[in-house]
Amino acid sequence: MKTIKCVSAGFGGQGVLTVGQLIAILAMDKDLAVSWMPSYGPEMRGGTANCHVVIDAKEVSSPLIAEGITHLLAMNQPALDKFLPRCAEDVVIVTNASLVKNVPSDFKGSLIPIDFNQIAQDLNELKVANMAAFGALLRTMPMFSREDGIEAIIKKLGKKNESLTELNIKAFEMGYAKEA
Amino acid sequence: MTVVFKKTKGLTDAPFSYCPGCTHGIIHRLVAECLEELDLLDHSVAIASVGCSVMSYEYFNCDAIQAAHGRAPAVATGVKRVHPEKIVFTYQGDGDLASIGTAEIVQAAHRGENITVIFVNNAIYGMTGGQMAPTTLPNQVTTTSPRGRDVSKTGEPIKMSELMATIPGATYIERVMTADPLSVRKAKRAIKKAFQYQKENKGFSMIEVLSSCNIGWGLSPNDALQYIKNEMASYFPLGVYKDKGV
Amino acid sequence: MSKVLMKGNEAIAQAAIAAGCNAFFGYPITPQNELIEYMSKYMPDKGAFVQAESELAAINMVYGAAAAGARAMTSSSSPGLALKQEGISYCAGAELPAVIVSVSRGGPGLGGILPAQGDYNQATRGGGNGDYKVIVLAPNGVQEATEMVRKAFYLADTYRNPVIVLADGVIGQMMEPVEINTEALPLIAKPWASDGNLSRGHRNVVNSLFLNPVELEKHNQDLRAKYDLIEEKEVDYELSHDENAEVMFVAYGTPSRIVKAAIENLKAEGINACLFRPKTLYPFPYEALKKAAQGKKFVLCAELSMGQMIQDVRLSLEGSVPAHFYGRAGGMVFEPKELVNAVKDHLGGR
Repeated sequence: MKTIKCVSAGFGGQGVLTVGQLIAILAMDKDLAVSWMPSYGPEMRGGTANCHVVIDAKEVSSPLIAEGITHLLAMNQPALDKFLPRCAEDVVIVTNASLVKNVPSDFKGSLIPIDFNQIAQDLNELKVANMAAFGALLRTMPMFSREDGIEAIIKKLGKKNESLTELNIKAFEMGYAKEA
Repeated sequence: MTVVFKKTKGLTDAPFSYCPGCTHGIIHRLVAECLEELDLLDHSVAIASVGCSVMSYEYFNCDAIQAAHGRAPAVATGVKRVHPEKIVFTYQGDGDLASIGTAEIVQAAHRGENITVIFVNNAIYGMTGGQMAPTTLPNQVTTTSPRGRDVSKTGEPIKMSELMATIPGATYIERVMTADPLSVRKAKRAIKKAFQYQKENKGFSMIEVLSSCNIGWGLSPNDALQYIKNEMASYFPLGVYKDKGV
Repeated sequence: MSKVLMKGNEAIAQAAIAAGCNAFFGYPITPQNELIEYMSKYMPDKGAFVQAESELAAINMVYGAAAAGARAMTSSSSPGLALKQEGISYCAGAELPAVIVSVSRGGPGLGGILPAQGDYNQATRGGGNGDYKVIVLAPNGVQEATEMVRKAFYLADTYRNPVIVLADGVIGQMMEPVEINTEALPLIAKPWASDGNLSRGHRNVVNSLFLNPVELEKHNQDLRAKYDLIEEKEVDYELSHDENAEVMFVAYGTPSRIVKAAIENLKAEGINACLFRPKTLYPFPYEALKKAAQGKKFVLCAELSMGQMIQDVRLSLEGSVPAHFYGRAGGMVFEPKELVNAVKDHLGGR
């Protein structure tokens, strides 16, 4: 398989680390090698957060993605600005459309802008915007199905708060179904 | 023949390394007698510190651990936390407890560790040759305060019992002295109570014992005892500073 | 048991408890905080957990608990390890089994919090006083970190010696699928422990003071004999063998994985390279490294430092094969292409 080098980035509190963890759980459950590496320390408290998820068939070489990002979730403009220069040419970028306005005109990869905040607002729960983003991001990874995504949400988040889990799944499905 | 006095089982046969006239020997005996009388010798761990009493692991007739300078309360914490049913005590001097080890003693009390601390205050660094300690009295001459302790540059002597009594986690803090038979008997009562409290899981105790260093002070043994009574006890008042165990 | 996705710090803590660690003493420092947090939550009731007032106190609590017979452990990161050096020397001097995990970061001084390997010398040479050695294990990922912490308790008990598990910020912070060995690690009798039990018939004393020089020299000779045994028996390394390799990388910890990516990239360009990865930094695999390097054009030592392990690499090679160095520091991590370029440069601009 071609190595997946996925970065999930945004403001602290937007839940980008959780999105990365869900993808890592999916990969693990498919017996793939995977690593999840967060930004940490004061950087987290400064307002930006990101994580690197690397998925490979047998062994993850570097858990840090220096270049060649294959999948990027940018939940805000600084996230896109920071990681765009490190993307592969055929990168798939999922953006949070209401907060990411400026995409360079010469961008050659695939761009999937979706207003995740709007989806969350429609569900009356701002916390679930990241689950919609997870849905949209997952759809760009054909090795994982919609059902896999729901299973991962239940596995990772289900125990804590069941009513929120239902909303999370709804948001996920809306993000997954949304056409860019 | 009736035996009216004998050596306690709480001490080994190893000869003390203390100078003639020093009251460390008396304090060792008191601690050892208390352990024997309370039947604690078989399940106690002594923590020796760094200073004149560095060899105390050879003298107390129970299990013992030698600790780094100032760290005895942390070492005692490690032992007590894995063996809460055992009796654990530290034996520390004023350089060890009141200077390099202030963090460890304050924090052990703060956590309310159920240990007993025997704090021997002789107002000087004895083992290293008589240097100034945080407890050295104002104007007292030592090898590093050759013109007498200048409190304008070195501060007023630190009063550890008063300080420790302010810590909410501490249970029992008393200052005693070993200057004459009566004060020695009182010191023993305090030490015994501290071990009794530990046995009853009552928490952290520290007994500060004003002790002599006749060599370091440049006094005869007898004058040194008078110095404890007249000079030290007037700056470091004797008494119970805290007793939550009653 | 199936695999779970866990952070390195938490997995290390869980593996330690599974290996019978029953006394943990720590102090918060990034990037190892999840380790102490996990211990505070999951240390069994019968075990001991104390958040100490300092790293100094924490290692001395380990000293006390280990002296009293416990499987004791502390964890920290680089500046905290500096503070623990006194206690590590005392543990070595008193021959106490203790496990110390260092999730290292950039230095010197307060440095930074991102992964670095500037503490190779701190771990393998130590900053404590005296002629002592500490076994140092260097994992390259979360799974191996859990295996090594288990092994660390075994080695510590077996040799009555401190063992450092030298991880880095990546291993501490990263999540990977992990399967933790939950089989009980057999207890090793500790008849020497000073645990307040005279029913054994004699006093036990744990001590590192020997005022008599004849006794102290004997103690040092005994320690040396123990270290000789450790050097003979406990060397561990991984060699990704390639008969056609013209270049050999040497790397440990997380960077060794980046080297593997570089080796793939080099292969695509027609250059064969292999990796020698020390898993024990003390004892260092001197002989094995020298043997593996024979016939190679050169050895490239890649570290997240300005050059520390390279000294041991050169000691191994004894001049038999040229040794070059490539390093980044301060939390900067090299990319595979940097290593590829370094190899090509040394091969003469191929």
